Amino acid sequence: MDFGDTQEEAQFRAEARAWIAAEAPTYLTDSLTKSGFGGVKTGDFDPMVEAKLWQRKKADAGWACIQWPVEFGGRGASPMQSVIWNQEEGIYGKLSGSFIIGQGMCAPTLMAYASEANKARYLPKLASAEEVWCQLFSEPQSGSDLAGLRTRAERDGEDWVINGQKIWTSGAHHSDFGILITRTDPEVPKHRGLTMFFLDMKSKGVVIKPIKQANGESGFNEVYFDDVRIPDTQRLGEVGGGWQVSLTTLMNERLAIGGGIATGFPEIKELVDGLALASGRAIENPAVRSKLADWYAKSAGLKNTSARAMTALSKGEMPGPENSIGKLVAGGMMQDIAKFALDLQGLGGVIVDPQLAAHSARLQAMLLRSPAVRIEGGTDQILRNIIAERVLGLPEELRADKGIPFSKIPSGN
Amino acid sequence: MNFDFSQDEKMLRDQVARFLSDQCSSKTVRSVLEGKAAYATEVWDGLVDMGLTGTAIPESYGGVGAGYLSLCLVAEQLGAFLAPTPFSSSVYLATEALLLFGSEAQKDHWLPKLAAGEAVGTLAVVEAVAQTTAEAIELRFSAGQLTGKKLIVADGGISDFAIVLARNPAGGLGLYLCDLQAGGVVKTAVDTVDPSRNSTSLEFNGCPAELLGTEADGWAQLATVYDRAAVLFAFEQLGGAQSALNMAVDYAKQRFAFGRPIGSFQGLKHMMADMYVALKLAESNCYYAAWALSTNSPDLPLAAATARVSATQAFQLCARDNIQVHGGMGFTWEFDCHLYYRRSNYLTLQLGGLTEWEDKLVSSLASGEAAA
Repeated sequence: MDFGDTQEEAQFRAEARAWIAAEAPTYLTDSLTKSGFGGVKTGDFDPMVEAKLWQRKKADAGWACIQWPVEFGGRGASPMQSVIWNQEEGIYGKLSGSFIIGQGMCAPTLMAYASEANKARYLPKLASAEEVWCQLFSEPQSGSDLAGLRTRAERDGEDWVINGQKIWTSGAHHSDFGILITRTDPEVPKHRGLTMFFLDMKSKGVVIKPIKQANGESGFNEVYFDDVRIPDTQRLGEVGGGWQVSLTTLMNERLAIGGGIATGFPEIKELVDGLALASGRAIENPAVRSKLADWYAKSAGLKNTSARAMTALSKGEMPGPENSIGKLVAGGMMQDIAKFALDLQGLGGVIVDPQLAAHSARLQAMLLRSPAVRIEGGTDQILRNIIAERVLGLPEELRADKGIPFSKIPSGN
Repeated sequence: MNFDFSQDEKMLRDQVARFLSDQCSSKTVRSVLEGKAAYATEVWDGLVDMGLTGTAIPESYGGVGAGYLSLCLVAEQLGAFLAPTPFSSSVYLATEALLLFGSEAQKDHWLPKLAAGEAVGTLAVVEAVAQTTAEAIELRFSAGQLTGKKLIVADGGISDFAIVLARNPAGGLGLYLCDLQAGGVVKTAVDTVDPSRNSTSLEFNGCPAELLGTEADGWAQLATVYDRAAVLFAFEQLGGAQSALNMAVDYAKQRFAFGRPIGSFQGLKHMMADMYVALKLAESNCYYAAWALSTNSPDLPLAAATARVSATQAFQLCARDNIQVHGGMGFTWEFDCHLYYRRSNYLTLQLGGLTEWEDKLVSSLASGEAAA
């Protein structure tokens, strides 16, 4: 057991650090440091423009998506080098938040299922963020029950014709392409009638409408498909094999999201360090200390679990479903932390004006955004099912739709 | 970075697991629990034969010198099998105190005996039904003798010597080494929530004793011993939590109700998923603390408190909800659920309870730079 860098790792770290020191957009440092929950903050600058600039700069110097093969725009780096790079990139990594879905989830799916020609055409531009991708999975009638999706794809000559609706699509409004899961055969059990494609988001018949979220922001969209044509060459995997393809995407989701997951601990620690309560200094209050200890132990546990996963990756082992614990722990914790942070501030805790509130109202933003963390990318309940069934080996929930053709499944309406 | 145990360390763990699986069934635990033995002598003898009592003792003092990473994995298995032996008192506490603060003569005398299992040691601290503070220690050391009472000492009834926290004539605290065989000590068994571990009160009536090492700085020395022992106790808790979870999962797979295995109900699945989450967080924190212990990292106090807090939470949760998964059968004497429940609550209070370790964690956090 050794937490230090090997000589090669240290050399790589020095190289990364030197490049970042020379090239990073330091004019954004202050705003990025204050960026908390919801969109990334870039002060007077446009966040997407800045994000693309930084990503392009990295790509040109070989520091984008460093674990990808060189021919696809990466650096062919090891998992450990990727961890080191993320540590060194630090707050500037927040700029790339809008690219995580494309680079972390769509790209591995393309690498596994796209034709060589399509990989060569699309992956390098995905790495440099010249083209941004989104993932079109959830539907109004199928969130947790993803395989119950209804968007239809029907074969017409060399094309497929798509009709239906997706929802909760992050970043659809600034995406150039998307991967799309559809139903191609409603007469077989639900998991067997699905097929995956990718499409140009500017295709005729695609309409994108932002969703106004409960916290007032709009990071997600509804996407409507009205006779949208996709050539068969943009199919990923077999016809009817879409579920298998989606598992590749979702497995990488856990990796993409699970790594440096935000828990809210640094924010609550910073708040209570400087805060006075009616009874005296917050940091000396026993209730505060007990909660801080619990939250620190949880966030350290996630950090250390992630470090163990990295060690496993570096030995060539695949991270398993046990990495589902990251979001499950962090989501609830963030919500608890935000609630407690406000509670310590009297009525003033309700203020969301960043000029008036403590710490630029980051904890208030966390309060309002955190309910979504417990839903997006697998609800707390679905994650517990995954842990129970796939890690602990407990029997599956009895399913009312098992073995029944999709068209015969009761839908309640 | 390499955040994993080595093959050799894992082989040792597997070897200990095989031995305990053969020799330390719940029947063995129950023989101590039901008062038929003070501790499991055959298990203890086996651990000694394997050299495990000397795992972290350098070869120059008769130990194996295999180091703390190995010792952590040994502790995990002892916890997993609820081993009813004085291993923790003798190895994590008495041996550590000697290694850290003992004089050469004391180390030369006791460490080879501890390694060989010829002597069992313990640490005697607690005097009242309250959290222990430096101010509250009344047991006195003067003119080479200890006078006063320790209310509850783990393995006090089966130890050959004790390291005793006592007040010296100058009013300060020191750790004093006392040979319990020498006479003058009244030992009285104390009933606790976990009778599978020996608990005894020790009354010293002018017993000969000597200062451990050369400095009477007992309170700070105790904290140092506790920080190191906390990591090892956390590994015992981790092992116990894993066993309790395994027991719950196994039962939920085979017990049927409403025409289906009860493990297919989300109400129980989600409970066991939460047990697993607590266990994984504790495991990762324990691994980090093992590294901090083995390298004497400046991060040790924080890492130890973190491991201790999450391992306490994990074992308490897993032991508690293992009973819940078992339903009524979980509340019978016959089923083993209560063995874990008892041990989880007993281990929580060793070295001070969860509240005290949470407090230490936050103090270490405030003094260090670390932020997760």
